Amino acid sequence: MIESLPKRILTMLKFVPITCALAFMSTSAFAAGHCAAGKTLTDGKFTVATGNPAYYPWVLDDAPESGQGFEAAVAYAVAEEMGIAAADVVWVRSSFDEAIQPGAKNFDVNMQQYSITAERDQVVDFSAPYYTAPMAVLVGPGAVDTAPTMAAIKDLKWGAVGTTTAVPKLYSVIQPGSDPLLYGDTADVSAAISANQIDAALFDLPTALFLSAVMIEGSKVIGQFSADSSENPDQFGMLMEEGSVLKACIDDALAALTESGALAAIEAQWLQDSTGVPLIK
Amino acid sequence: MTRREKYDAAQRRRSLVIAASSTALVILALIILVPMAPGWEKVQSSFFNRAVLAKSFPKLLDAFLVNVMIFAWSAPLIGLLGLLIALARDAKSPALFPLRLFGAAFTDIFRGVPVILTVYLIGFGIPGLGLPRPWNSPYIWGSLALILTYSAYVAEIFRSGIDSVHHSQRAAALSLGLSERQVMRDVVLPQAVRNVVPSQMNMLIALQKDVSLLSFIGPVEIFRQAGVFKSLLANFTPYVGAALIFLAVTIPATRYADYLMAKQKRERR
Amino acid sequence: MAKLALRGVVKRFGEATVCDGIDLDVDAGQMVCLIGASGAGKSTLLRCINLLEPIEDGEIFLDGEDISVPGLDPHPVRARIGMVFQNFNLFPHMTAIENAMLAPRRVHSKTRVDVRGEIESLFTRFGLADRMQNYPDQLSGGQQQRVAIVRALAMRPDVMLFDEITSALDPQLVGEVLDVLLALKAEGMTMLLATHEMGFAREAADKVCFLKDGNVIEEGPPSQIFDAPQHPETQRFLARSK
Repeated sequence: MIESLPKRILTMLKFVPITCALAFMSTSAFAAGHCAAGKTLTDGKFTVATGNPAYYPWVLDDAPESGQGFEAAVAYAVAEEMGIAAADVVWVRSSFDEAIQPGAKNFDVNMQQYSITAERDQVVDFSAPYYTAPMAVLVGPGAVDTAPTMAAIKDLKWGAVGTTTAVPKLYSVIQPGSDPLLYGDTADVSAAISANQIDAALFDLPTALFLSAVMIEGSKVIGQFSADSSENPDQFGMLMEEGSVLKACIDDALAALTESGALAAIEAQWLQDSTGVPLIK
Repeated sequence: MTRREKYDAAQRRRSLVIAASSTALVILALIILVPMAPGWEKVQSSFFNRAVLAKSFPKLLDAFLVNVMIFAWSAPLIGLLGLLIALARDAKSPALFPLRLFGAAFTDIFRGVPVILTVYLIGFGIPGLGLPRPWNSPYIWGSLALILTYSAYVAEIFRSGIDSVHHSQRAAALSLGLSERQVMRDVVLPQAVRNVVPSQMNMLIALQKDVSLLSFIGPVEIFRQAGVFKSLLANFTPYVGAALIFLAVTIPATRYADYLMAKQKRERR
Repeated sequence: MAKLALRGVVKRFGEATVCDGIDLDVDAGQMVCLIGASGAGKSTLLRCINLLEPIEDGEIFLDGEDISVPGLDPHPVRARIGMVFQNFNLFPHMTAIENAMLAPRRVHSKTRVDVRGEIESLFTRFGLADRMQNYPDQLSGGQQQRVAIVRALAMRPDVMLFDEITSALDPQLVGEVLDVLLALKAEGMTMLLATHEMGFAREAADKVCFLKDGNVIEEGPPSQIFDAPQHPETQRFLARSK
């Protein structure tokens, strides 16, 4: 499985246009008097944090500077919208813990598929959502025939990344019959599925699709939860320091990108079409 | 009261007063000065948040039971395996040379590899070979990783205990006609084990903490549970809660180990 | 035939020769005392007889049987030879009676019930009846040494070896231990002692051997050795130890 990974990624990429027009078209100089002026960590620069490593399809090849991958592309689009040149976008690496710890931050915004929740919002600021992520059920080779119904998936042995909002969803919506196992990151969940220690794991849909296509041989995304219908849809927002002065500018930029359809275009470019995955009833 | 007793009593009172007042001064300084730091409010709300603690504490306690459980079945097996390894390393018969070699390799390897790596390699690796459930459980293989690592340390402590039994004890036992095996079992080991109880207590305390490493391969023990709360509530207080629970167990245990150590030192004199 | 016979026993520790061809006979029921300065080889000789140390050359016979054959299983031989050490060497984690019961139980595969009666009577005989349940560290030196003797006797040995068993005792406790030896002599136990108690050796020994530098310089009845020593080394040693 490991050996064939690069080849599989390449195969996947054939279906994804490797253009990132949006991100690199911007050459406009930093407009003085613009909303973001003087509000960023380093004047004239826009510092964006991503994970270490950053995962596909959010960032391609762990190289956000390329502007390739959904979150990388969104970051450059937002920067451009705010009048910041692509060359002035600076990338740093950060963990969730660093993002929420008290004290000065080393980024303007932190993009790592952070779901916006009321509790988190008390400690940090979130931008308007840039993506609404339906939760999806990824099952290992032994459970690919499980029907996409609540009754059927309840009896699976469940796992999830312990630091994501998949955990409360797992407990409250699926209510599995046996105690779920929780892990530190997606790689460990993958290992647990490969070792047949768990049947199923709950991820946001793009991550689930990526894992099933590239990481875990014989696995399958058997269903998704409707993001809009559940009472607490998982929406990703850019994370900022509590009381960030930049928030209004970011929100404006995202609103403009949504309105122009640019955001939807980025999504269409980088995130797989998820209509083929059935809804779980 | 003699002159000397009066003087000693006065000295004692004096040092008591000094100790008490200096302690009070330091605590007072901490209480007053730390909150004056500019970031204190933020630190307080993200590390010492009463509401978060109240919300997470009961579940943390529940999760700690998982730690206790893993500890409870690992510790006796560690003791047993550690003892066997120690005996293997001290085996004298040439036919048992492979056993000695194995014992040496075992202790070298498992003392040399960070516990977390062993947990990962064994916890994911062996189940990955295709064991059926429930035999691929992370509880089993994670515990095995702890057992292997800790028995390597425990074996070395047992060996030092065996060395600490004076050779005249061996001579006396042999002179009675006991075989090497009987000498080890009836005379040397009981004394050796008793001699190393305090050191082994320290290993138990370390083990109690390292049980948390199993969280990396799935079991939702206290550290993972605290992590879940941390990310849901965007607050580090659950970790502080977990630390408090650990301390509630390890401080008495550490004190007890120290007490045993001191007692043994007194007896040796 | 001597109960215990040594012929040309040589023991070396590296370059140092500790026993340099020692000949010695101990007849049945005899008490033989080894005297000599510290380092003369007395203790080592006793350890060799009990097969705690292998010898380089010579033979050791117990009841005419060569027990010094290289490769011979030493355990059954040791079970026939009792040994008592200068520092008692009781097992500190066992009570006095458990100390004494261990070897009969393990070596002779007897149960506690089998051996308890006989061992209790040994304790009683040597004035230790109320000390049986005590641990060694709850006993005086004299009591500990008597327990050690009982422990060795519990194996019903053919021969008893005593290695300076009063040297670690306070002077007022020496008597109670020597009394035990007299009682054993009275019932015909064959005994070999390394000792510094010249008075006791003169009173009780059947034969006294003076050792120096790993050799038996002179041997004979106590009257001869103590009152009319022939060898100048013996004379010098005795003059010094008066």
